[in-house]
Amino acid sequence: MRVPILKQGDYLIASIQSALSDEDLLQLRDDLAEQVGKFRSRAAIVDVTVLDVMDSFAVRTVRAIAHMIRLRGAETVIVGIQPEVAFSMVQLGLTLGDVATALDLEEGLAYLNQQA
Amino acid sequence: MNLKSSKELSLTVRSGSDIVAVRQQGRELASHLGFSDVEQIVIATAISEIARNIVEYAQEGKIQIASLVNSGKKGILIVAQDSGPGITDIAQAMQVGYTTGKGLGLGLPGAQRLMDEFEVESQKGKGTTVTMKKWVS
Repeated sequence: MRVPILKQGDYLIASIQSALSDEDLLQLRDDLAEQVGKFRSRAAIVDVTVLDVMDSFAVRTVRAIAHMIRLRGAETVIVGIQPEVAFSMVQLGLTLGDVATALDLEEGLAYLNQQA
Repeated sequence: MNLKSSKELSLTVRSGSDIVAVRQQGRELASHLGFSDVEQIVIATAISEIARNIVEYAQEGKIQIASLVNSGKKGILIVAQDSGPGITDIAQAMQVGYTTGKGLGLGLPGAQRLMDEFEVESQKGKGTTVTMKKWVS
């Protein structure tokens, strides 16, 4: 399922609605990299609240999204990683590196507004 | 070991959406068996890793998931089987960061970290079987 991307002011918000296949995640990556230029966005928020599994592929793709968007001159914040998902990621040895995260959409927006 | 299994499911894995389906069904069975929320996610994540290995290296394979009972303890058994190229050096494949594919080299060692018991059998040219178990704590 294609992830809807909402434009809100200077920001893009990708609000994941259901479990995503590898192909869906790659589509999201490409859509965000394109739209950040199209709408001249300063930042993208990726809301992963509904994801119950973030395995190595998902984490790698999220990192790729953040790095691609940075290369396009904008920022990325990943919001809504659930506690169980965080636990599994740590067990698995996965990190998001230097990618910004926030508790939820509200915190993500607050974080970006501080940067402005 | 006295193992009894019931409630079995067997799924063919050959695409990204099959990976999602098999981990969701694995999570459901884990929930029925009394695994906590965290453990359900951990199990689903391990299934996702080995299912992706099948799709990436063997294109197609089968994942069987069953419940286990061992002297009153309940658990989940996951067997992933494919007829792909096999693994030449299992010890090497179990090292974090080693990959011949396009991933992070976390699939097998990652799944092992998430589960209680983990075993890989493989023969070059004949395929790979990954067997993993987790017990309700």
